[in-house]
Amino acid sequence: MALSKKTKEAFLGPLNINNPVLVQILGICSALAVTVQLKPALVMGISVTIIVALSNVVISLMRKSIPMRIRIIVQLVVVAALVTIVSEILKAFAYDVAMQLSVYIGLIITNCILMGRLEAFAMTNNPLDSLMDGLGNGFGYAWILVVVAFVRELLGSGKLLGYQIIPDSWYVANGGFYENCGMMLMPAMALILVGCIIWAHRSINDKETK
Amino acid sequence: MEKFYNLWKKFGKNFEEGGKWQKLSSFYDAFDTFLFTPQTTAKRVGAQIHDGGDSKRTMILVVLALVPCALFGMFNVGYQHLLATGQLAGGMTAALWWKAFGFGLLAVLPYYIVSYLVGLGIEFVVAQIKKEEVAEGFLVTGFIIPLIVPINTPLWMVAIATAFAVIFAKEVFGGTGYNIFNVALIARAFLFFAYPTHMTGDNVFVRTGSTWGWDSDMTAVDGFSGATPLGQLATTADANLMPVDFWTMFNGLIPGSIGETCGWAILLGACLLLCTGVASWKTMVAILGTASLTAWLFNACGPETAVANYPWYMHLVSGGLLFGAVFMATDPVTSARTECGKWIYGALIGFMVIVIRVLNPGYPEGMMLAILLGNAFAPLIDWCVVRVNINKRMKRA
Repeated sequence: MALSKKTKEAFLGPLNINNPVLVQILGICSALAVTVQLKPALVMGISVTIIVALSNVVISLMRKSIPMRIRIIVQLVVVAALVTIVSEILKAFAYDVAMQLSVYIGLIITNCILMGRLEAFAMTNNPLDSLMDGLGNGFGYAWILVVVAFVRELLGSGKLLGYQIIPDSWYVANGGFYENCGMMLMPAMALILVGCIIWAHRSINDKETK
Repeated sequence: MEKFYNLWKKFGKNFEEGGKWQKLSSFYDAFDTFLFTPQTTAKRVGAQIHDGGDSKRTMILVVLALVPCALFGMFNVGYQHLLATGQLAGGMTAALWWKAFGFGLLAVLPYYIVSYLVGLGIEFVVAQIKKEEVAEGFLVTGFIIPLIVPINTPLWMVAIATAFAVIFAKEVFGGTGYNIFNVALIARAFLFFAYPTHMTGDNVFVRTGSTWGWDSDMTAVDGFSGATPLGQLATTADANLMPVDFWTMFNGLIPGSIGETCGWAILLGACLLLCTGVASWKTMVAILGTASLTAWLFNACGPETAVANYPWYMHLVSGGLLFGAVFMATDPVTSARTECGKWIYGALIGFMVIVIRVLNPGYPEGMMLAILLGNAFAPLIDWCVVRVNINKRMKRA
C-alpha cells in the first residue's frame, strides 16, 4: 500500500519540523512532571501516543455527524473514555508505574496536544491520515520525553530504567569522587533540558531552511 | 577621578627612565591601561559625565576591591586548617602564619584556575560562534565564584557550576551586560541545589585533609566541629546560643565560604567601590538598614529560636550578608537602575535575607536566594519607578 504524500507528511511532520513539544510548545507540563526517570516517561509517551492515535481515528470517523456547537464536548467524552481505559489497563498490568505517574495519566485529558490534534486535524481529515497524524504527534511527544528522562535519570540518580549505570565505587560515599546532580531531579532542570533540545532543533532546522 | 589620576601619574614618575622602579615599568603600564584608559573625558560644562569609563575599567576596579577578601580568605583557609588539626595549640608563630597562608594559597588557587579556565573558555567559544569580541564580563564573575564556595567543594563541581552559570545565566540572555541574574550567584545556587551535601553542613567549610599532599598525616582533633556560626544557630536547641562574639565574627577567622568571612576586608573593598563610584551606596545602605530593622523586629517579637534571638548587629556580620551587599547585590547589570529603585531593591534583599535565615530552618544562610530574588524583581521595580515618575509629571503638566 503506497501512502500518499499527505499521509506521510501527517506522520513525519510532527516528529521533527512540526514537533508538538519543540515547535508548538505543547504538553510541556507533563514533560516536566514525568521525566525524572526513564520508565514512567516511556509509559507516558506510549499512553499518549495510543490515546492521540485512537481518539483521532474515532473523531475522524464521526467528524461529519458531530454538531459544530457541541464538538468540544464530544471530543472530551471520547478522550476521557480512552484515558480511563488506558489508566485501568496500567493499573491492572503495570501497577508500580501507574502509581508513579499518579494523576498525570488522568491529566492526559487536559494535554493540549490531544485537543489540538482533534480540533486542527481529525475534524477535517479522513481516518487514515488522522491515525498517522496521531501516531506522529504521539511519537514526537514521546521522543522528547525519553531524551529528557534519559539525561535526568542518568545524571540525577546514576541509573537507567532503574539499573545502576554509574559504578558504585565512583561515589564519594564509597571513596570515589562522583556525586549525583540533585538539580536534575528538579522540574526546573527538565525545563532547561527541553530548552536545550529546542535550541539544538532550531539551529539545525534554521540551517536547512537557509 | 582626576585627583586619583594625578596621584597615579606622580606615582608613575618612579617607573620612568632613571626612576626608582624602572624595571617594573611594564606593571605600571598594565595598570595604567587597566585603570585609566580610555582617558577621554567630557568638558566641565553644565551637568555632564566627566569621566570616560568603560566596562573593562569597572571590572578591574571590582577585582581590585575583591583582592583583600581573596587574600584574607586564603589565610583563613589555612588558619582554620591549622586550628582543626590542632597545630595552633602552642600559639601562633611566624612560621605557622606563613604556613597558614601558603596552605590556603595552594588550596584556593586551583579554584581560581578552574573558574577562569572554564568560564573564559566558554566565553571565547561563544565569541567565536557569534563573531563578537570577547567581553570582559567574566573577569569579576570568575574572581567571585571561588570566594563564595566552601573550601571542600570538589573542583569538577565548580567547573560544572561555572559552565552552567555562564551558559544558562549569561550567554543565552545575550552575553555580558544582558544577564538577569548575577552569574556568580547562579553558579553557587546550582551547586547548592545540585550537590547540597557539599555546600552545607559541618564538614565542608574547613579543610581537615591535605592539600597537594601537604599535611597528609594530619587529622582533625577530637571534638572538632567545622560548623559555621549560622549553621550552629540553625541546628541548636539553645534559644540563646551565641557561637562567637561580634569582633571575632567581624575579623573573620571563622569557618565559612572562602572569601566572605572577614568584615574589614569587605569594607576595604567597599571603600574602593564607593570612592570610585562603581557600586551604589544606596543599595548597600538599603540592604544593611532593612536587614538590621528586620532582625531587630525578630529580636523584639519573633519566635523563641536561636536565630530569631540572634542580635541584629550580629546578623549583619554573619555569613555572606556583607559580602553579598557590597559585591553582589550592587552588580550594575542585575540590580535596579533607577535611583529610587535601588532603595526598594536593597530593602527587598535586606528583608528577605533575614526572613529566610530566621523562618526557614533548611537554609541557615539566605543571602544568595535573597539577592537572586532581588535580581528577579529589579526590572519590575525599575518599571514601576519610571511609571510613577511619568504619571507625576503628567499630572503636573
